[in-house]
Amino acid sequence: MRQLCKGNVAVIKGAILAGCRAYYGYPITPASEIAEAAALYIPQVGGTFLQAESEVAAINMVYGAAAAGVRVMTASSGPGLSLMQEGISYLAGSELPCVIVDVVRGGPGLGNIAPEQSDYFAMVKGGGHGNYRNIVLAPASVQEMADLTVLAFELSDKYRNPAIVLADGFIGQMMEPLDLEYREVVLPDKPWAVKGTPETRANLINSIYLEPDELEEHQREMEAKYMRAHVETRHELYQTEDAEVLLVGFGIVSRVLRSAVETLRQDGVKAGLFRPVTLWPFPSEVLAEEAAKVQKVIVVELSNGQMVEDVRLALDGKVPVEFYGRVGGNVPSVEELHAQVMERIASLV
Amino acid sequence: MADESKNAVVEPVVSNNGYEVIHSKSSLFYDLYERKSELKHQTHYCPGCGHGVAHKLIAEALQELGVQDKTIFVSPVGCSVFAYYYFDVGNVQVPHGRAPASATGIKRACPDKIVISYQGDGDLAAIGTAEIIHAANRGEKITVFFVNNAIYGMTGGQMAPTTLVGQKSTTSPWGRRPVNEGFPLHMAELISTLEAPVYVERVALSDNKNIMKARRAIKKALENQCNGVGFSFVEILSPCPTIWGKDPVEARRWVLEAMVPTFPLNVFRDHKPEMPVNNAPPQRPVPDVLEITPVEGAHGAVAGKHAHHFKNFTIKVAGFGGQGVLLLGQLFTEMGMREGLEVSWLPSYGPEMRSGSAHCHVCLSKERIGSPLISHPDALIAMNEISLRKFAPQVAPGGLILYNRDTLPADFALPPGVRAICIPASEMADKLGSTKVTNIIMMGALLEETECLSPGTAMGVIEDKVKKVALLETNRKALAAGREFIDHQVRIAVTQPDGFAE
Ligand SMILES: Cc1ncc(C[n+]2csc(CCOP(=O)(O)OP(=O)(O)O)c2C)c(N)n1
Ligand code: SF4
Ligand SMILES: [Mg+2]
Repeated sequence: MRQLCKGNVAVIKGAILAGCRAYYGYPITPASEIAEAAALYIPQVGGTFLQAESEVAAINMVYGAAAAGVRVMTASSGPGLSLMQEGISYLAGSELPCVIVDVVRGGPGLGNIAPEQSDYFAMVKGGGHGNYRNIVLAPASVQEMADLTVLAFELSDKYRNPAIVLADGFIGQMMEPLDLEYREVVLPDKPWAVKGTPETRANLINSIYLEPDELEEHQREMEAKYMRAHVETRHELYQTEDAEVLLVGFGIVSRVLRSAVETLRQDGVKAGLFRPVTLWPFPSEVLAEEAAKVQKVIVVELSNGQMVEDVRLALDGKVPVEFYGRVGGNVPSVEELHAQVMERIASLV
Repeated sequence: MADESKNAVVEPVVSNNGYEVIHSKSSLFYDLYERKSELKHQTHYCPGCGHGVAHKLIAEALQELGVQDKTIFVSPVGCSVFAYYYFDVGNVQVPHGRAPASATGIKRACPDKIVISYQGDGDLAAIGTAEIIHAANRGEKITVFFVNNAIYGMTGGQMAPTTLVGQKSTTSPWGRRPVNEGFPLHMAELISTLEAPVYVERVALSDNKNIMKARRAIKKALENQCNGVGFSFVEILSPCPTIWGKDPVEARRWVLEAMVPTFPLNVFRDHKPEMPVNNAPPQRPVPDVLEITPVEGAHGAVAGKHAHHFKNFTIKVAGFGGQGVLLLGQLFTEMGMREGLEVSWLPSYGPEMRSGSAHCHVCLSKERIGSPLISHPDALIAMNEISLRKFAPQVAPGGLILYNRDTLPADFALPPGVRAICIPASEMADKLGSTKVTNIIMMGALLEETECLSPGTAMGVIEDKVKKVALLETNRKALAAGREFIDHQVRIAVTQPDGFAE
């Protein structure tokens, strides 16, 4: 049965379906409804919700719960995520799975609470210290806020690494139909966890390796794991079969671009849309294949150009890449993107 | 547990010169410290270091309590970061200062296990002050051992929050000067001002008598956790001969002679607080909580019953906060969903709402919705004049404005090709007995005028949301009033620039 649901609330509904029974967080607009939904729902299904004293404490509570082997999550927005970065680095270093939701708002500093995608670097490229990666999923609808949260739990357990759901203020705040199906979750066995049992007594959760050779080996193993994770790339295509110009955007931008593809086609422009669903691992190979068929690639982001770097790396100079960005909480309209594309393909026609 | 002798009580053996001689090692420690890279038979602590003694006392207490298998030891960042080299229990090493937070996450995941947060003074009283205060204040059922050596040992002797007035360190080279660095923090006293902690004591590893007291305090703090009573905190004044530049005997004496006067030894708290009645949340099956199971008696989907004469229909609702603007948008969206359409609702949020105005975008579509952001709505419901003036220029050609007033402002020019209907909905709502249903009158008018959605679906949605019978009746009347207004009242004929009148 479809229910009308807010993106932020859908996150928690997905998390509960995924077997998450532990939430630690701190309020911040535009992510607060995630904490509020967690506070309302999770205790009713026998779980723990705790409002921490800060995002620093929250992420370290997540660290503890993850060390004990339970599915656990937190959510925040820009400033909170900045505070969590040390903890995320420790989680990655200690190979602990957890889900972190970033409902991105305008930055830097206090910025504002309107949507941006300017945490791309911080989430996709790391942000905390040391050699590590986050698995990053970018929902573009309320349904995906739930579905990709479920996937985030699965991937984080599979790779023993934090997984991030990177949304934005609009996807978090909007309401759309949500279709959920209840099924028993089979939680993965975590023999490495520290559970206070005879079987796990010998276990150690740790990210310190004093000997350079040991730390190098640890990082090599992590790197090998990250290489394996490349099979997890996900993307979505729209009208790319005969496209001559490929528009690339994720999250809320992909929604506006989708509408722009339609209006552009009405004007005779063969536009197509490539939407990365996983931002790390980035779907570079498919993007390169799709881009090879077009004359120009135009990347649109709510930032001054962050994902565009990954697009350029993927395309390796073979196809011209242009960028259009809005920041400060401004989300471009369909008409605006239509006009921007027209301007940038004028030379092609 | 396999080995019975593991639970035997180990008494410390005291030699003539006052040193504690470790004849027997607690079996709670590993035999060989395999996690160390070298010298696997000895600890990494300096000779005479208080951490070693504290470890021993904790190990013995755990052994005596017989809880080795269920213990989880959280080690900090500081010289004791490597506590996991020694304790043969589950080990979790955590970021600097955050042990009480991580211990909280662990304890909440495993409430019946013994969770220990072991921390130094930099860790607990500087970088981690917030975490310890809040864990204590929540009364987390954990045990905290706070090793206060008045210095940062691991990083080579910088000032700690507990460094004594006048005490030199590498970052207080002229001695701690309260004018610059403030006074030493008294953590045990601070913690004991909170309501939740059940046990707070300060002990000193200064001499055998005090070590025996420390032993009892440590055991009690762990026993408390075994009994599930609550948060226990033991501050352990502890020698750091290496950084203090003293030999082990001098260092112990310094604990007694220099530290104790600043940090008096005392039991600051030893009682269980009164906990108010716990409003335990109801436990319900997951499908019910997640609203996957349809609510009994609710009106469900009505797809296919109403003909939608559009591919896309977009509505913008705008007005003051409190006029039910966002709710009206949600009701349209819910109706569209029930009628089998693709729908989206996007609110204005944040400071704009605080300044008193609110708006939302509603998309109804027969196809998957791209942008939920509407630049040119087919219909604008303007609940006040500000919204009318602000959003009317955006209305799509051929679009409709419903304005919550009996006339348009005199100086207001309608955009070309846009119609407006003025409805004194607030006054009509007042007459119905509740200003709150102004939005429902506007809904009735829009449905009647555009037939975008069915009034039957509207009533179904309203009946599901409004539980009070009287209020439901007012809503029903409001919806009807809005519809009748369109049917029976004189329409405000709207003149376009070209003189065309409807
Ligand atoms: C975020 C962060 N800041 C600084 C450090 C460096 N550091 C490691 S241990 C330590 C101080 C430890 O002092 P204390 O807690 O008193 O432990 P001791 O070694 O004296 O037992 C510092 C500042 C760190 N590891 N992490
Ligand atoms: S530096 Fe001080 S606290 Fe650290 S091991 Fe040596 S004596 Fe102990
Ligand atoms: Mg210290």
